[in-house]
Amino acid sequence: MRAAIGGDEGAYARLLRELTPFLRTIARGGLSRAGRSTADAEDIVQETLIAIHLKRSTWISTQPLTPWVRAIIRHKVIDALRRRGSTGQVDLDAISEFIAAPSDEPEIATTDVMKLAESLPSGQKAVIKAMFVDGHDTAETAKSLSMTEGAVRVALHRGLGGLATLFRGSM
Amino acid sequence: MKTDDLIALLSRDALLNERGSREKLTLALLAAVVMAGMVFAVIIRPRADLMTVATTTVFSIKLLFVLTLALAAVGLLRAAAKTEARLPAMLGVIPVAVLLFGFAYDVSTEPVAQLGTRLVGKNAAFCLVAIPFMAIMPMVGLFYALRSSAPNSPTVAGAMAGFASGAIAAAFYALHCTDDSPFFVAVWYSAAILILTAIGAALGRRILAW
Repeated sequence: MRAAIGGDEGAYARLLRELTPFLRTIARGGLSRAGRSTADAEDIVQETLIAIHLKRSTWISTQPLTPWVRAIIRHKVIDALRRRGSTGQVDLDAISEFIAAPSDEPEIATTDVMKLAESLPSGQKAVIKAMFVDGHDTAETAKSLSMTEGAVRVALHRGLGGLATLFRGSM
Repeated sequence: MKTDDLIALLSRDALLNERGSREKLTLALLAAVVMAGMVFAVIIRPRADLMTVATTTVFSIKLLFVLTLALAAVGLLRAAAKTEARLPAMLGVIPVAVLLFGFAYDVSTEPVAQLGTRLVGKNAAFCLVAIPFMAIMPMVGLFYALRSSAPNSPTVAGAMAGFASGAIAAAFYALHCTDDSPFFVAVWYSAAILILTAIGAALGRRILAW
């Protein structure tokens, strides 16, 4: 995470990928303990990843990462249960007892981010599309959209913030 | 969308270009004191006899109450801003104890028959206006800083931002108001701060959700 905040994209992608099975287990555990279908777990995982990303300035870099990540997903699970109409009590300690081997990503339909991105301002939408659909990196995106790399970074950053808001509204 | 794709997208935005959220809150708290202090110094003004009353016990109790209250509010706000929030409710004990001591001092030194008069005081209406007025800018600053935090409960965090800005404003207002009775302070200062706390809670619920 420290390297990621310093701008190391590879380290950041690795960290998020390694966290994902852990998040998935907690999301599924939270849903099943509340008597819910675990089909929505992937939505919670994705929403948590976005929250981790947008709120990483709240992590104190001298402290261990795991408790902070747990607090974020706990908030997201409770939030999701509440939005789906539940009292939303989640005992995280009980869930983490059955944390098992990393599970594969399920082939289930999740909220379509590109559909959500349609409501973003056109500049941010174009940047997210170029990176996500066309798989461009920052430099290629800048070139194809005739923007500076700095402007691409800003548009991406704002676009991700906007997506988080849209995500919340869609569930 | 596949989660892996989302991760690829997020990782492009790896570089963090902002201050830590705790640091932002500290700066906003310092700014809150400066802004409330400036509005106080320019518009509200200290009372004319400040130097004369400064040594009286009843004024000292009032000042001690508002200062301990402001410190408690700041502590509660910092706790409420955390994702793993546990509100240290014990912080509220000290200002309440000061106030209770003030009640005892008041009834033992002043005629109990006029307690109602002291409670109503002369500046009640102005108190209810001046404290929220001084608290507006500090509250805006605190909310701005809290936007980048990830509070466990956005409603509680917003309420504490209202409480803290109100308590900071009240600390300055105490230097203006000539009603020194702890009963006046307990009723009117608290009412003004409670209004701000309620506004903060309502705003926090909307603005600070994440």
